[in-house]
Amino acid sequence: MSSTDKLVQMVIAVVLFFAVMGVILILTTKLRSRTGEKVQAAAFIAPSLLLIAIGLLYPALRTIYQSFFGSAYEPLVGSEGGTFNGLDNYRQIFTNDDLLQVLQNTAVWVVLTPLLATGIGLVYAVLIDRSRFEKVAKALIFLPMAISLVGASIIWKFVYDYKGSDQSQLGVLNGLLKAAGFDTYRFLLTEPWNTLFLIVIIVWVQAGFAMTILSAAIKAIPDDIIEAARLDGVNGLKLFRYITVPSIRPSLIVVLTTISITTLKVFDIVRTATGGQFGTSVLAYEFYVQSFRSFNFGLGAALATLIFVLVTPIVVYNIRQMRRLEAR
Amino acid sequence: MTTTTPPAPVAGVTAAPRKSASSAAREGLTGRWASAAAIVIAVLWTLPTFGLFISSFRPESEVKTNGWWNVFTDPQLTLDSYKQVINGADIDLATYLINSVVITIPSVLIPISLAVMAAYAFAWIPFRGRDTLFVAVFALQIVPIQVTMIPLLRLYVDPPFNLMPLSGNDAPGGGFYTVWLSHTIFALPLAIFLLHNFMREIPGELIESARVDGAGHVQIFSKIMLPLMTPAIAAFGIFQFLWVWNDLLVALVFAGGNPSVSPLTVRLAALAGQRGEDWHLLSAGAFVSLVVPLVVFLSLQRYFVRGLLAGSVKG
Repeated sequence: MSSTDKLVQMVIAVVLFFAVMGVILILTTKLRSRTGEKVQAAAFIAPSLLLIAIGLLYPALRTIYQSFFGSAYEPLVGSEGGTFNGLDNYRQIFTNDDLLQVLQNTAVWVVLTPLLATGIGLVYAVLIDRSRFEKVAKALIFLPMAISLVGASIIWKFVYDYKGSDQSQLGVLNGLLKAAGFDTYRFLLTEPWNTLFLIVIIVWVQAGFAMTILSAAIKAIPDDIIEAARLDGVNGLKLFRYITVPSIRPSLIVVLTTISITTLKVFDIVRTATGGQFGTSVLAYEFYVQSFRSFNFGLGAALATLIFVLVTPIVVYNIRQMRRLEAR
Repeated sequence: MTTTTPPAPVAGVTAAPRKSASSAAREGLTGRWASAAAIVIAVLWTLPTFGLFISSFRPESEVKTNGWWNVFTDPQLTLDSYKQVINGADIDLATYLINSVVITIPSVLIPISLAVMAAYAFAWIPFRGRDTLFVAVFALQIVPIQVTMIPLLRLYVDPPFNLMPLSGNDAPGGGFYTVWLSHTIFALPLAIFLLHNFMREIPGELIESARVDGAGHVQIFSKIMLPLMTPAIAAFGIFQFLWVWNDLLVALVFAGGNPSVSPLTVRLAALAGQRGEDWHLLSAGAFVSLVVPLVVFLSLQRYFVRGLLAGSVKG
């Protein structure tokens, strides 16, 4: 297909979509009775619900079901030849050394990323608040958010680039090491620290998000609270610790939650930077490898289900926090 | 330049300037050190991109033999890498750029339109089971897209009831449909939830008085809600745009590596794998993929901040 064909196709799809939606809306305008209102509600909601049911609910249940089957199962062609093998896939995840390494890496990612990204975002938000360069300063930190994780990984692969100590360096970090008289270092190849260097990439991307939300929250703290605290002689670090942080607690929770969930699902960084080699794979990437490269659909499904299981408590906690806030 | 003379201080009544929590905290952390720390973070955050940016303008031989910082002592700049990357026969990012556009526009417009409608109904049309349904939609955000992919792919390839397959050899439209549809589905729960929250901030009296005047839901929706919701819709639109434009997983799985429908990210990821050492191409490529989201982000930033604040002020 030529580029023009593609663009025409796109325009047709969008116009068609809006035409159908428009017709539905116009048809329901005529209805004013009680039942009419029900039909209207249905017309407004049904398309979304249908898509969610078909595209999220059904596949989620299906995957959980699949995770109890062996790898002979061929979901794409619909042959259900796989044998039911109960919890074998899960047992494999928790006993196979490579997969245990994946679990351990995922744990390190999910613990470190939210803490580091939120911490840096918070400190930076405080430091630049009401400074003269606030807008520029914010934009600098936020820009990585606009870069794809693939782009970000390429940028950092360049930073981490390795050449032998006797050679001229391309990567800025090894350039610095060499200039300081140290040996150059294989940042992405040396286990176990390479996982940390991959985490730096996601922290680099997510800190801007944390900073934006927390900065908004900080600005919403009422002035009189701060003044009262200052009259009581609370200043500096203490003010930060006892007034700022508690006041923005709800936003902190939202930011920590969002980043944790994002981190659990991230696979682009590992795929682009190391391809999961050198002991750097994580759950989300291993799912992709097992399902679409090794065609171990049963094991892939179990890995996906595991992500699902890990996300659930985080979200449930968040919903409860939200409820508590609303009740107040 | 105009200079404004500060008002003369009234003796004895020096009103302390009001300070925010953080600026007060910052002062306590001794202003100079605080600024220094902020500058250090800002430099650390900017330097990686800057290095790649500089590299994308350096000649191939230079990029491959010495660090980008040498540009300051030996400035040689060229657009060769960009030419090679955009129109070079073996890289040809221009095609993938078009694919990204074709994927992204419907994947932003369609889910947001559907979500605004659903959010309106959840917010302002009373019906039985509304709250339960809304919580269910919110809860489905839990489902990671990885969990949905294989069954969804199977539905596309081999749909029930003899429906037309959306992917595979007989796919209509060359296979963009599956990508559009998947992005739409994955965006809906969060979009409905956020837009519903914005929608609830609009005072109920406004809707009631419109209803008294005889306006139906469709009129209220199109004449009152949509204009009031513009900042929120724009804010979410930017996010959705960035997600879709920057997505790799959905494109890999549902476009299936088919070059005629794959977006830039897929091509870039492949380049990073195959040509890990061709930094001149990778750097130019990364910047081609970066320009569009950057322009969108910078030009619509004000909506983003406004919409975001509108949501967070509550409580």
